[in-house]
Amino acid sequence: MVIQAAHHGRTEMHAGDGTVGTPVCESVVEIRNAEGLHMRPALKFIDIANRFSSDIRVRGEEMTADGKSIMEMSMLAATCGTRLTIRAEGTDAEQAVAALRELVEERMFDEPPPEGKS
Amino acid sequence: MEIKKGIAVSPGVSIGKCLIIDSEDYRIPRRTIEASQRMAEIQRIRNAFHDAIRELTAMEQTPEQADSGRIKDIFAVHLRLLRDRSLRRKITDLIHEESVTAEYAVSTVLREISAHFTSKKDAYISERAADFYDIERRLLKLLLGHKREDLGRLREEVVVVARELSPTQTAAFNKKFVKGIASDAGGRTSHAAIVARSLGIPAVVALEDLTEIVHGGDTVVIDGNRGIVIVNPDDDTIRQYEAYGREFVALEHKLDAIRGKPAVTRDGTRITLLGNIEFPGEAQIVLDKGGEGVGLYRTEFLYLNRQTEPSEQEHYEAYAATVRVFQDRPVVIRTVDLGADKYTQSRRYVPEPNPFLGLRSIRYCLQNLTMFKTQLRAILRASVLGRVKIMFPLITNIQELMQAKMILHDVMEDLDEEGIQYNRSIPVGIMVETPSAALTASTLARDCDFFSIGTNDLTQYTLAVDRGNELVSTLYSPSDPAVLRLIRTVIQDAYKAKIEVSVCGETASEPEYVMLLLGLGIRTLSLSAPMIPEIKQVIRSVMLEDCNALARTVLAMNSERQISVYLRDAARKVLPEVF
Repeated sequence: MVIQAAHHGRTEMHAGDGTVGTPVCESVVEIRNAEGLHMRPALKFIDIANRFSSDIRVRGEEMTADGKSIMEMSMLAATCGTRLTIRAEGTDAEQAVAALRELVEERMFDEPPPEGKS
Repeated sequence: MEIKKGIAVSPGVSIGKCLIIDSEDYRIPRRTIEASQRMAEIQRIRNAFHDAIRELTAMEQTPEQADSGRIKDIFAVHLRLLRDRSLRRKITDLIHEESVTAEYAVSTVLREISAHFTSKKDAYISERAADFYDIERRLLKLLLGHKREDLGRLREEVVVVARELSPTQTAAFNKKFVKGIASDAGGRTSHAAIVARSLGIPAVVALEDLTEIVHGGDTVVIDGNRGIVIVNPDDDTIRQYEAYGREFVALEHKLDAIRGKPAVTRDGTRITLLGNIEFPGEAQIVLDKGGEGVGLYRTEFLYLNRQTEPSEQEHYEAYAATVRVFQDRPVVIRTVDLGADKYTQSRRYVPEPNPFLGLRSIRYCLQNLTMFKTQLRAILRASVLGRVKIMFPLITNIQELMQAKMILHDVMEDLDEEGIQYNRSIPVGIMVETPSAALTASTLARDCDFFSIGTNDLTQYTLAVDRGNELVSTLYSPSDPAVLRLIRTVIQDAYKAKIEVSVCGETASEPEYVMLLLGLGIRTLSLSAPMIPEIKQVIRSVMLEDCNALARTVLAMNSERQISVYLRDAARKVLPEVF
């Protein structure tokens, strides 16, 4: 089935590709902490991603990374302001995307935003 | 049959089956394996990852590391990366798809990732490259480490071919089985060349792409006299080289015959010939070759081939063993010259961008006082056993010398308090091997007992040439007028201050420089043991008067080319059979 374009901040649910019944969830998030997705945030990201059974992919500007791999996540080289598409596929897809979105956008990896913003 | 021309760095001829080994710091050449061997290579990858994880876990738990949050963070990240399935899969996929060795797969994948990070503008992100570089080194060290052990366990004669050899690797060679050395990189004074020479293994370096031409097991001729390497020689060539090898051995024996005779010029000037050594085991070789002591005892080897620092007792035992061999003859112990291509770099997370201008040698010691004091204590303790002298390397200014002497004094006071014996008036000297030391020699001479001119580093720093870089190594020449003028200054200032001056660089072992050095006023040379008989023969063939005239002529010349041609011609006239 066709995946609909997801909008920033909104999470969309679909049936999975080909396999009827596998939920797919996708959301675009923006990196908001000043130092971007460097190692420590990337570790937090994969730690959360690994709590879920769903397959998690993160699409950046140049490549798509396995959301459970520290190597691939760090290679996204996402700086502050970069938009990433998180796509989870599996029974807990919705919860996975929600948790990751919360980490990236609301908690900002528990790191400070760029100066002048709060 | 393929003939390659390089630089001859250690004399002798050898013919043997070749063994290719890889080094830690260079791109591992692409080598394909049989499809059936792929699983074995993948198993090696698993083992290397497993061992790397164990190493890091152990390091994380040592108390001094735990103190530093930053270092702990780095290790935590490395551990996570090593446990990352995607990373491991990328490497094993490469082995599966392209049938390459584990080393090549590790190196290729991790360098690709490093390059990906380096290309990013964001500083925070591009710094990640260093993590992957470090992981690459760790894995390669583990992968190659096993191979290095195998090298120590060699049971048949081989000639070793490598992209570049570190002195650690070269020192670990078993002379009984390693019959020759050839490398793509390197220069006449690279450390591996020095080690090969002191072990008496024929070696040729700067062969550029030799590792891409040979295969393991090929027959290779290494001609360390003419700087030639022949891959898969035909029968005639092999016969010629066998005969040539025998002649060379005969000449060696002839030179050995002058062992017991003094090094004195034809007009009666006595010259002192000392040996440069690295290990206590070489002390006897120096005596066998007719050396009258040790002018340069390099102590870095105590630090190589190991993960932990040597203890005071280990230092002491090495020095004591050497000093006992020489009894009342001088042994100049140089304090550790670590840094640049040695030891310190492998302990850094990010290598220094310019290690030869970085934290090396005496600078490293002055920032690592516990280590420095441990060595000084051991040297002082050994000083009661014979005629020990202390020499500080890479001094660039008077403050460094004063600081080093102050620390030596502190150590003496400690020994006094503990009632430990040492020679209170132990002579303290410096290596003059930087242009700044040479230019301020008159100042430095007031505060030390002797100078030893290290022509290798002096040349490299004066001419701004990396002696190991084959692209510019032709610019490296101690006969450059700039270098010669500095050497003359140092000798004159030493004479004025009435302190001893000797030369311990490679020039001391090159026949064409001997007349010049004598003419400039040098009366003590320190050189690698196997070269002592040849240099003695040169000395016994010259008149000091001629040397003085030669030095005057050369100092008036303005070009390196002109000088080196002149020196070679002069030496050839004196000693035709050596040239």
